[in-house]
Parts: sequence; structure tokens; C-alpha cells
Amino acid sequence: MGARAEQERGVGRFEESVLPHLDSAYNLARWLTRNGHDAEDLVQEALLRALRAFQGFRGADGRAWLLTIVRNTCYTWLRANRQQELTTEFDEEVHTLESDVLNPERLVLREGDNARVRQALEELPAEFREVLVLREIEGLSYKEISTVVDIPVGTVMSRLARARGRLQRGLTARPSEER
Amino acid sequence: MNCQETRVLLHAFLDDELDPVRSLSVQSHLDACPDCAREHAAQRSLRAALRDEALYFRSPEGFESRVRAALASQGAIERRAGWPSAVGALLRMRWAWLPAGAAVALLAVIVITIGRFGTPAPGSTADDLLGREVVASHVRSLMANHLTDVPSSDQHTVKPWFNGRLDFSPPVKDLAGEGFALMGGRLDYLAGRSVAALVYQRRLHVINLMIWPAPGEPDRPLTVGTRQGYHLLHWTRDGMSYWAVSDLNEDEMKQFVGLVQR
Repeated sequence: MGARAEQERGVGRFEESVLPHLDSAYNLARWLTRNGHDAEDLVQEALLRALRAFQGFRGADGRAWLLTIVRNTCYTWLRANRQQELTTEFDEEVHTLESDVLNPERLVLREGDNARVRQALEELPAEFREVLVLREIEGLSYKEISTVVDIPVGTVMSRLARARGRLQRGLTARPSEER
Repeated sequence: MNCQETRVLLHAFLDDELDPVRSLSVQSHLDACPDCAREHAAQRSLRAALRDEALYFRSPEGFESRVRAALASQGAIERRAGWPSAVGALLRMRWAWLPAGAAVALLAVIVITIGRFGTPAPGSTADDLLGREVVASHVRSLMANHLTDVPSSDQHTVKPWFNGRLDFSPPVKDLAGEGFALMGGRLDYLAGRSVAALVYQRRLHVINLMIWPAPGEPDRPLTVGTRQGYHLLHWTRDGMSYWAVSDLNEDEMKQFVGLVQR
């Protein structure tokens, strides 16, 4: 009976420290899969995994811990179902040059442009999309992003810089639609 | 600090991740250099656009309660099993409602049934045998009050439930809009392997849809048969083998299969 009570407390503790981050989990999965149904399935799968792994979790940051599992679950799914999206060519030199010629004044964002921003962000490769989502939309620190994405903090900074450059280019290439 | 150094540190500056000393020198460069200041302004406007509430995907209505239900059933399974062994738990749970004696008796009935009808008649094909197994499984599911392991009309509850219990992911569709309501899912054992059984209801008729992978097998068109008064429909598509079985009439069974295949 003691063991059972302890496991029940385990599930209760899990619900308290992990379920408040359900929106964060869904938001990340939704951006990675770009589809609501897949995001629901994957978040649910991630939560069941998380429940199984929870006994080993002693950290304080339930959100970063959950997002790590959600991200891994999504990547496993992306590799199985959307392989071509994960294999992106990346020519550092060319893109850096392009980024330097970019004239920031050409990038004008107006109110109500979020459909445009959303589309440009969805078109970024997953590795750039995820750091922007975690930093700007989810508001994670570099340290937390480094945990979730499993890269060093310095790489978080350089990847964000490249991701922002790419997003800017994507937005500049796509003028506001006339309405 | 020159422009090149500033551009390198600009993102950390923007993200409030710089120590105060370097942060001050970036700021003083920005005050003095219009080019870098413009780049900084552009980045700030991009950030403002990204932080728009419209870009945050909140989880849909009802999702949290579905998740809680899934977690609760998982928790219950694992409590019976000892924490990690969910599969063993499942097997035990399946029979938990039955006194051991009744379980043995039921098993004896099944063994006798298979003994009586199970000997392959001359000329019977592998499909025949399998069809018999499928019907037996359908009858058993109705008899043993064990129709579903995961009773849910929500495909987003049923499909993830199979994860970790099967080495494949069965396609799960809710066809309630077409008059075939999803009742849930169950693990079954057929053709020498674990398979997914999806349970649908049409009026008072129960339909079992069994699915398992058939790697390398060519697609096979629908065949319709009858056995012990049950309609038995079989097809193979995209490397998956499907069997649908029910006492529902043949026309509506074909309609059901058409919807599943759609």
C-alpha cells in the first residue's frame, strides 16, 4: 500500500509540476510539426513518456524538462515522416554575405502583418525555427534553450543570429500583400 | 568596440544575455554608429513582431482534460504493474475482473473451439485460418466484456495509446460523422503477433477493425467473406494488413471500409 500511495503522489506531483506547461509544449510541437492534430498526438505521447521518466526528474525547471521531451518526440516523428524537411543545405559563407547586404530599412512590419511573419517563420528550417520559437515566443533564456536543444550556450547565440538573418530575408523577399 | 564586434554581440545584447560591462560598450557604440543603430532597430521591430500574441499557439479547448484522462489511465496501469512495466500490467489488467477459475474455463472453451474448427480442411488457405482467428477474436471481444483497453471516441486519445504497446502506429479515424462511432482501441494477438484492434459502433452492431503491418506484401483489393454469420472483410494496403469483422450487413460494412480507406 505504501508503494501505491507513493506512486499516486508521483502522478500528483507530475501533474503539478508538468501540466502547467501544457501550452508551452503544444506551442513548440505545433511550430515544429506545423499541424494541430500532429501536435496534439505528439504532446500526448511526450507527456506519457515524461510520466514514465518523471521519477528520475529532480530538477526545478519543469518547463525546460518537458520541452526537451516534446522536442525529442517531435524530431523522432519528423525523421520518420518529414525527413526531407530536416535535411537542409546550409552554405554559411553565401548566407553571411547576403545578410550583410540586407538593408534593414526595407524591412517594414506593420500591424496585422503577423500572418506574414508566421508564414516566414514556418518556412525556416526546423533548427532555426525552434530557437526563434523558444526565445521570442516562449521567452526562454539562452541557458534554457541550450538545455532543450542540447547545444552549448554560445551556439544558441550564433544560431539565433543566423535564424534572425534568415527570417529577415524571408520577410523582405515577401512584400506585404495588397488587401 | 567596432562595428564587427558589435554585430557579433548584438543578439546577446538584444536578448539581455550580456554582462553589464560589454552591454555598456555595445550601447555606446550604438549611440555613435547610425548603421549599427539601424540594424539594432530592425532587430527590435522583428522581435516585436514575433512576440505578437497571435503567434502563440495555445492548446485547443478540451485538450488538457483529454491529457489528464490519458495520464490517469496510464497511472492506473502502472500502479498495477509496478512502475515501469506497462505491458505486463496490461496483460494482467485484461483479466483482472475475472476470477482465475473463470479465466481458465474461458481459455478451455477457446482451446476446444480452435480444436474443433481449427484443423485446416484440405485446400484451406492461410487467409482462411486467419479469418477464423479474426472472427474468434471478434467473438471473444464481445463475450469477455473486454471490448476496449482504451475506451474513447477521440482519435487523439486512441492513437497515442498504442504508442509503446505496438511496434507500429495504426491509422485511427473517427467516423462518427458518417455514422460509425469510434468506441476505442484494444491490443489483440493474431497471426502470431500483437495487433491493433479498433472498435467502432453502428447502431447496436460492433465492428472490430484489426490492423497490423505486412511488410513487403503487395496491395490486395478488398475481399468479402462470411464465417459463422459474421461478415469478414480483408484488404492489404501500403504494407498494412486490415481485417474488418462484424454482424453488420454487407453493404454497410463495405461503406465502412470505403471510409477507412479514404
